[in-house]
Amino acid sequence: MKTAVVAPPYDIDAVRQDFPILQERVNGQPLVYLDSAASSQRPRAVIDAIRQHYETSHANVHRGAHELSVRATEAYENARSCVAAHIGAEDAAEIVFVRGTTEAINLVAGSLGSTRFGPGDEILLTKMEHHSNIVPWQLLAERTGATLRFVDVSPEGRLVMDDYGRMLSERTRLVGVTHISNSLGVINPVKEIAALAHEAGALCLVDGAQAAPHLALDMGALGCDFYAFSGHKMCGPTGIGALWGRRAILEEMPPYQGGGEMIDSVTLEGSTWAPLPHKFEAGTPNIAGAVGLGAAIRYLEGVGLDAIRRYETELAGYALERLGEIEGLRIYGPADGRVGVLSFTYRDVHAHDLATILDQRGIAIRAGHHCNQPLMEHLGVDATARASLYLYNTPREVDALCEALHLAGELFCRTH
Amino acid sequence: MSEHADTPDGKPIDRSIPSALADLFQEVILDHYRRPRNKGSLEEPTHTITMNNPLCGDVIELSLSVKADRIDDVRYEGRGCSISQAAVSMMTERLKGAKLGEARALSEKFTRLLHGEEDLQRDEKLGDLRALAGVSKFPVRIKCALLGFNCLDELVGEPAAGDREPGSGQGEQR
Repeated sequence: MKTAVVAPPYDIDAVRQDFPILQERVNGQPLVYLDSAASSQRPRAVIDAIRQHYETSHANVHRGAHELSVRATEAYENARSCVAAHIGAEDAAEIVFVRGTTEAINLVAGSLGSTRFGPGDEILLTKMEHHSNIVPWQLLAERTGATLRFVDVSPEGRLVMDDYGRMLSERTRLVGVTHISNSLGVINPVKEIAALAHEAGALCLVDGAQAAPHLALDMGALGCDFYAFSGHKMCGPTGIGALWGRRAILEEMPPYQGGGEMIDSVTLEGSTWAPLPHKFEAGTPNIAGAVGLGAAIRYLEGVGLDAIRRYETELAGYALERLGEIEGLRIYGPADGRVGVLSFTYRDVHAHDLATILDQRGIAIRAGHHCNQPLMEHLGVDATARASLYLYNTPREVDALCEALHLAGELFCRTH
Repeated sequence: MSEHADTPDGKPIDRSIPSALADLFQEVILDHYRRPRNKGSLEEPTHTITMNNPLCGDVIELSLSVKADRIDDVRYEGRGCSISQAAVSMMTERLKGAKLGEARALSEKFTRLLHGEEDLQRDEKLGDLRALAGVSKFPVRIKCALLGFNCLDELVGEPAAGDREPGSGQGEQR
């Protein structure tokens, strides 16, 4: 029997203790949570920050002259500064709080649509996009007559960059690409993609939902125009996420929704808009969510994004090796240049059946098309099982996964 | 640093097959999954419908040839998990030659079986479908087992009083 040689650069036991839910038992077994790509778990620091906000500081923001409103506004805007610093944004006003990645992309598509796109214009996406970076553009295309095109994915699971180069043209108005594929785990060369997009005169939007939890980000270095991500995949609460956009572009974009908070002044004849970022934040925002996201970022920075990345890379390598030893198991996505999002099929056991079997062992994985139907069709599969790793997972949990897969094999081979 | 003979909480691994799983994935179910009965399409169906489960991607297309209130022939095409595909295969075996009323009764009985009515495990009218009784312990999988019957209900189900709008599937009667 093999011994795992994965040495975390931080105290993994202490990190696990920070996440109360990891002490849960599921179906009589200790929880093995391998579904962080769908939604991560929260450390106590985040749960406490939200509770503390409600217990000591809650009121509406940007309104009251009273003390609590001042505290709430400060907490909310501090969270914005925290997000800005975390992703290397020049200016906190470039951070728009949204419900999550999906809303961020809908905001851009909705707001840009009326001004930038018309018949003959092209929006260039890739075949590995999540539905949330396809459907908003399909709706936009229907409204404006613009055309969608899709960059190919190689059999190994990488973007075909030659294809991208060929498809870019003066007709391309926007390039939308995922930083990390939620099915394949592959890290895309977004810096190069953004530079090429700009050469062609197109804007570049990056879906960072799977990257923000794992990578240290620097908007200045990345060179895109929009970056979208969700809090709940990076130890933060659900219902909060951020859109970063270049100030000059955000300035010229019309509002996405109308209401309170986003106006400068309103008369019955018309209204003027609040300055950035409030122009895009109509209505009372998710104040506690933003506070929780700030706490999540401070937590991840406390452990260290680089340390997390190093550990996850080793753990993913170990998982790929162990899974690779299982006969009849096929892993999708490349061997390197990836994170620990591991999609696989196993013999003729359907992914849903696998998920049910693993659940009986306390192991949580995702099964299905992962909101990636076009990619699944491209790969020639209906569904895959997906185990995704995060900072709190251990080699032992990878071993538990492999053991449970053997059980699934046994269960399905009784008639063979 | 971590030896891997144990579960994550340090207990030895229990390698036996849990009984709930053995009940769920009975051999007869795996047999229908791997050797589906009545798979294919009819040349001249009188009824056909395709339904899917958008959450998990399972798809079934059911075709019936109904003559004089009786199901003369039946075929299906489909993709998905062992539960959805075995259930529809088993269903087609029970439908050949059945009157529409019997088909409706079968659907109603099967639904009750999946909701844990144990008496029905001895009901021979259900045939191999009885092997799916174990699904009742896995509530999230009930929708898998019912996908084929949802197709059947859409095609030949009793119309609710004053309401016979086509359902959510892309049904078609010819």
